[in-house]
Formats: sequence, structure tokens, C-alpha cells
Amino acid sequence: MNIETSTRKPMALRRRLLWPLAALLTAAGLSSTALAAYPDRPITLIVPWAAGGGTDATGRFVATLLERELKQPVNVVNRTGGGGIVGHTEISNAKPDGYTIGVVTTELSLYRWLGTSQLTYANYTPLVLYNTDPVAIHVQAEKGPKNLNELISAVKAKPGVMKASGANLGGLAHLSVAGLLTSMNIPLASMPWVPSEGATPSLQLLASDAIEVVATTMPEAQTMVDAKRARTLVIMASKRDPVYPDVLTVKEAVGVDWSLGAWRGIAGPKGMPADVTTRLANALRKVVNDPEFKKLMDSRKFGVEFADPAGFVSYLQTAQERFGVAAKAAGLAK
Amino acid sequence: MEHFFSQLSAAFGMLADVQLISVVLVASAFGLFVGAIPGLTATMATALLVPVTFYMTPLAAVAAIVSCTAMAITAGDIPGCLIRMPGTPASAAYTDETYAMTRRGLAAQALGSSLVSSVIGGLFGAIVLMIAAPVLASYALRFSSFEYFWLALMGLSCAAFISSSDLLRGMIALLIGLFLATVGMDPLTGTPRFDFGFTALLGGLNFIPIMIGMFAVCEIMNNLATDSERVRIKEIPKPVGRIFAGIGGLISRYRRNTARGAVLGTLIGALPGAGGDLAAWMSYSLAKRFSKTPEKFGTGHPEGVIEAGAANNAALSGAWVPALVFGIPGDAVTAIAVGVLIMKGLNPGPQLFESQAPTLYAIYLIFIVANLLLLPLGWLAIRLAMPLLRIPPHQLSAVILMFCILGSYAINNSIFDIGVMLLFGVVSFVLGRLGVPKGPIILGLVLGPMVEMNFLTSMAIADGRFLGFFERPIAGGLGVAAILIWGFVLMRALRGHSDKAKHAAKSDM
Repeated sequence: MNIETSTRKPMALRRRLLWPLAALLTAAGLSSTALAAYPDRPITLIVPWAAGGGTDATGRFVATLLERELKQPVNVVNRTGGGGIVGHTEISNAKPDGYTIGVVTTELSLYRWLGTSQLTYANYTPLVLYNTDPVAIHVQAEKGPKNLNELISAVKAKPGVMKASGANLGGLAHLSVAGLLTSMNIPLASMPWVPSEGATPSLQLLASDAIEVVATTMPEAQTMVDAKRARTLVIMASKRDPVYPDVLTVKEAVGVDWSLGAWRGIAGPKGMPADVTTRLANALRKVVNDPEFKKLMDSRKFGVEFADPAGFVSYLQTAQERFGVAAKAAGLAK
Repeated sequence: MEHFFSQLSAAFGMLADVQLISVVLVASAFGLFVGAIPGLTATMATALLVPVTFYMTPLAAVAAIVSCTAMAITAGDIPGCLIRMPGTPASAAYTDETYAMTRRGLAAQALGSSLVSSVIGGLFGAIVLMIAAPVLASYALRFSSFEYFWLALMGLSCAAFISSSDLLRGMIALLIGLFLATVGMDPLTGTPRFDFGFTALLGGLNFIPIMIGMFAVCEIMNNLATDSERVRIKEIPKPVGRIFAGIGGLISRYRRNTARGAVLGTLIGALPGAGGDLAAWMSYSLAKRFSKTPEKFGTGHPEGVIEAGAANNAALSGAWVPALVFGIPGDAVTAIAVGVLIMKGLNPGPQLFESQAPTLYAIYLIFIVANLLLLPLGWLAIRLAMPLLRIPPHQLSAVILMFCILGSYAINNSIFDIGVMLLFGVVSFVLGRLGVPKGPIILGLVLGPMVEMNFLTSMAIADGRFLGFFERPIAGGLGVAAILIWGFVLMRALRGHSDKAKHAAKSDM
């Protein structure tokens, strides 16, 4: 039907014009298409975030390698807007034939809790988990507390004086801190949340001595940690990160089991045929375990974590629960 | 120092890239083309470049914008000189002067002196950018949301007060921009604002379709509307002679003008909302005021041309200082550039100077390369200008409109964005007819979210006390300065108003 390669955007216009024609042809030869082995035409990979961002970059890594694996073009299409809702909705509403799949991200674990959308992982056929980046707690390199215990006692001693930031209200960073405080039975008002546009402005607030704590993933804080302006206290993961072996987990630091992080995976709409799902899952398993994928992800400092469809589902279940706990703790759950 | 040289050599390594060099050349050619066509501005060239930069590396994207705008501003002098129609508004200040020179048979001298002074001004601005930006950035690392709030507020004030001569219309434009910036989710609570049920509006209005609409579509409409007034070229000017002949002597005779133009241009460029247009007008009038022979101005005298030519190119580089250090654009071009930088993962701000130092050095070098390239390419453009000027405007408009539609669609594959682009084209055309300037709208749109977010963040940090905005020393100083600016301008406006009222009363009698 069309033979465009990965990123030729203007071609999408022509593709849209070809839709009626394609529909006609499909209707005419329905029986023959059913017989052809999947995939026999290009695949669309929807990215719910803007081009140039982290999700776009990782999505394009997957697309490049998947193209090689399936021997069919994989076109990345950015469908942005509404805090990722537009793109996520489009993936879940696509025809479940394996020709439209997409990147699903952390926000999917949140929509239901925040009441922004009814979408959850149950609306999708999860195919592979390829990235997780746990949230870590950072403080001022010189003035800041030496460890999490010291921070906690300071917060308890003078409630409301220390301020934390990392992202908007209800974002991953906010919920991770709300969940951490709640799991230690500390009222949230003891460390008020300062909304910001994301990790970079929050770290700027930390460096300029306007706030005391920043919650963000390790790669995002790397530059400021390297420049000795910020110091990492703990990482909210179940085990230590081999890249940062000296950073304690929350459990090691204070004995409370709390972990939360950003994740990214590939999913298709619900109700995909079993053979198509298997074919895609196998191809994606090879992609994510390919050393080249690891190299690409390392270049942008994204943590690679692989889970097959079953493992991805159970990861999403846990994530859904944990984000629920955090959202309720923050008083944002609807 | 050793650190500096290792960064610099890394930057040179980044420049030695075939893709980058070809991007610079193609963007330059595009800039020369757009600049040489009357009615098409450097901002429009940049807006149309954005969808293409999508496929480039971050450095190549910046390189494309830098070289394209430098070429466009310079090439704008050519039609002004030859047929008395400025190619870009930045050349309008001295169009009559260069045209008078052409009529005296001095076309080569006019073009040569404006070209060489442009190169000198551009190089000076680039060097200032190179030195001032990192110094400011290391200082800006101590800035928190309080300081940024005041800075953004001052940026807004500049937009309304400086970029237009008419305070009321400037304020109206600014408020339109600020209103547009509120569309989308509330940054604090995520509550949708002014989305009218469109999911596409939830994330806010997309900046690039608006820019394409406001600059490219609006200018197409303007050109069509004024077509009947447009002078047909009846007499074809004689081929331009050797443009570099005797220019060295001319520039050194007016070295004081060149220097003053370059300094003033850089400073004005760095002010938010004031770009090359204003720099050129101010420099030209300054040149006249301080000239020993002011009576020669307007009769084909190169003095003002040299000063203003240096100023408008210097302003281009100057505008990048606040854009890179604070993310506060100095003019409409850098407003677009800031959007491109963010899209490419190079978020402007002091941290950029720590994490991406070699890329920044490479950007400075691009400024130098682009300005040096002006000499050969500008020479070529002057040779090729006449055939270009004979292209019928209607055919050109059709091609540009096609690129507008393609560009707006390509960014998000969204038909909605095409609608946004067309709507803003029409709205901006109407506003233009009413004399409402575009600059403040763009700055309101870019700085609005910055003011809002930094205000909310600061209020959260200060536990809701307004005094928090004055408690940090730098923030306090900036706050007092901002209030003084507002007070001064308001007072002047009120006095001007009462003066006008008096005049009106007198003339009534």
C-alpha cells in the first residue's frame, strides 16, 4: 500500500488520502488478507508524547530495531496532547490487528486515579516493558542532610519548613514523595510540595537554595550531581541500581518498603489475535535484549528493564496499586 | 583555560560534519532568497524552517536558524537599495538612503557598505554572546523562581513598552498573547482552561502553527492586499558594479559609526521584544544626530547605512544572550528558536552551560561562520537579486502557503494545527490593519506560562506571602527595578494622555 520509511512525516498526508482506497481494497479481498502471514504491510507505532522528548527517543530506538526484526517498516507517529491522553486513547482505540501499536508510559498508571481518563492497562494488550527509571531523592550537596534518616528527623522537627519539588502536582515525582511520607506515617504538610515544570527547573530551585529536596529519576539529576550541586540520598527501587552502587534503597535506609518509578513499554489495543501477539512479543523480546538497544538507551541514560507480556502485566498491576496508594495519600485520588 | 580550549576543540569537531555544513549552506540560501523578496521577513523564514529542523540534530537545527536569519536580514538590504522596497522590516530604516545612493549611481557602494557593516556588526554581536552568555549563566545559577518571575515580568514590560511606539496597542497585544498562553491545563491543578471540549487544546495552543500563521500567512495576505499599490519595476537598474571597491576606506572612515551601531544593536537585541528593526531605526537616527554632516542624510550618504546595517545584524546575536541564559527570547526569531531548543532536549537555562558546553561553543562558532559566509554569499545574492525580484508575487504566495500548511501539519500530524495556523493568519492580518503589533503577542505567549509557573512556584515556596518576592537579595533588586519601570512608563503615559487632551481641547477652540 505504501512503502514509506520511518520518519517521513509529509507522507502521512498521502497515507490519509489512501485510507478510503485501502478500506475498499481490504473489503474486496478480506479472505486473502486473513491468510497472509503477519506482518505483510507497514506497522504504525504511536508515541503519545512530543518529538524530541525521552519517550519519543526510546520509541524510535524500538521502532528502528523492530523494523529489522519484522522486515516491515515501523512508522513512528507522534500523537501528543492532553498529557498523553490523546495518544494513549488512540492506541487503545486502534484496530486490534497488530498494525497499530504504541508506546505506553507511566501516566497510564495514573489517569484513573487522577480522574483525567478512564484508561488503565486493562484497555491494552501489553507486549513488552523496556524501560524503568526509579525516582530518587536529592538534596543540596553541601548544606543538605547526610542521609534519609537525617532528612526525616529534620522534617519531623520543623514541619512545613523544608519544601520539595520535582514536577507538577499529581505527577510521578509528587506522588513518589507523598507515598514515601505516608509509608512512614508522616503528614504530607510536613514537607509541602512546590509545583514546577519538571526536573530541570526543580533542580535549579535546589541549586539556588530556594527549596531543600528534589525527587527525580537518576539520569535527570546526573548533571547537577556531577557538578556537585546536588547529592542523591536514596533511590525508590526494590534493589540498588548497578550504575549507582553506592545509592541506598529506601528499604535499606529506613526499613520501609517503598518504590516507585517511571516506566515505558509497548502495547497494542485490547483483543489482538494470539498469533499476532506472540509474533510481536517475540520480536520485541529480541529487540529489548539486543546489545545495540542497550547501547542506544545508555546514550540517553535510560535504564533498560525487560519484561515479557505476562511480566509486564504483573508490573502494571503493582504500579497501578502503588500509584493508587500515593494518589490517595496526596489527596488527589478521585 | 585548558578547559576552555578542550571545549573549543570539541566544538570545532562538531562543526566538521557534512550534514551540518550542508544545512548551513541550504539554510543560508533560503535566508538570502526570503530576505531578498520584499515583504517576506526573517521571522517568517525561521517559522517555515521549524518543521524541517525536526529531522536535524539539535546543533544543525540551531545552525539552520542562525545562518538563515543572518542572511535574510542582510539580503533585505538588496531590494531596498535597488527598487526601494525593503526586503525585511529591519532594512526599512535606511531604504530611502540606499535608494538615493542607487539613483546617484552608487548602488555598488550602498550594497557593499551595508554588507560589510552587517558582517562586522554580526561578528561583534557573536563575540559578545560568546563572552557574556557564559558569565551571565554562571551568575544565573543562583536564580530561583523568584528571580525568574521578576525577569519574565520585566521581559513582558519591555515587550509592551519598547517594541511599539503606541503603549495602548502594545498593551492590547500583550494581553492577547497572555490570554492565549492560558489555554490548556492549569499548571498547578491540571484543570482544563478555554479548551471548549477540544482534546487538542488540553495541552495548550501549539506555538509553531501560531507563529507560521501570524508571520507567513499574514504576510501573504498583506502582500495580496497591497498588490495594487505595489510598484512594478519599470526601469531595470544597471548591473551593480564591484561592490567591495573602496569599502575598506569607507568603513574605516566611519569606524565610529560601525562600532556604535554594533554596540547599540547588541544591547537592543538583548532586550526582550526589541529586535533588529528597532536597532536599525535607533542607530540610523543616532548616526544622524551625531553626524558632522546631518544635512547629507537622505541624499544618498553611507554614514547612516553603515551604522544601521551593523546594528540590525548585531541585534540578531544579542537576542540569543537572554534566550540561551534565561530562556527569555530577545526577539521573535529567538522566541521560535527557544521552542526548537526545548523540542530538541536543549532546555535553555544556566544548566545548559554546564551540561552542553561543547554544543554551546559550537553554536557560538556557527554565529561566526554564518557572518563570515555573508561576504561570499551576500555578493552572490546581489548578483542574482534582479531575476528574483521579477518573480510574480502570486505564484510565490501559493508556494509559501503550501509550505505553511505542510509545516503546521507535520509537527504533530494534526489537521487541527492547520486550522490554528489559518485562524491566526487571519486574526493577525486583522490586528495588523488595526495597528496592533505582533511582537508583544508572541512574547506574551512565550513568557506567559513562565510568569504564571514561576509565580505559583514562588508562592508555594513562600507559603503564600507576597513579601517572599523581595526577601532574596537579587529578587528584591529585580522586583524594585520592575516596579520602577512600570511606574515610570505609566506616569509618562498618563502625562502624555493629559498633554494630548490639552492639545485636543486647544484645537477644538
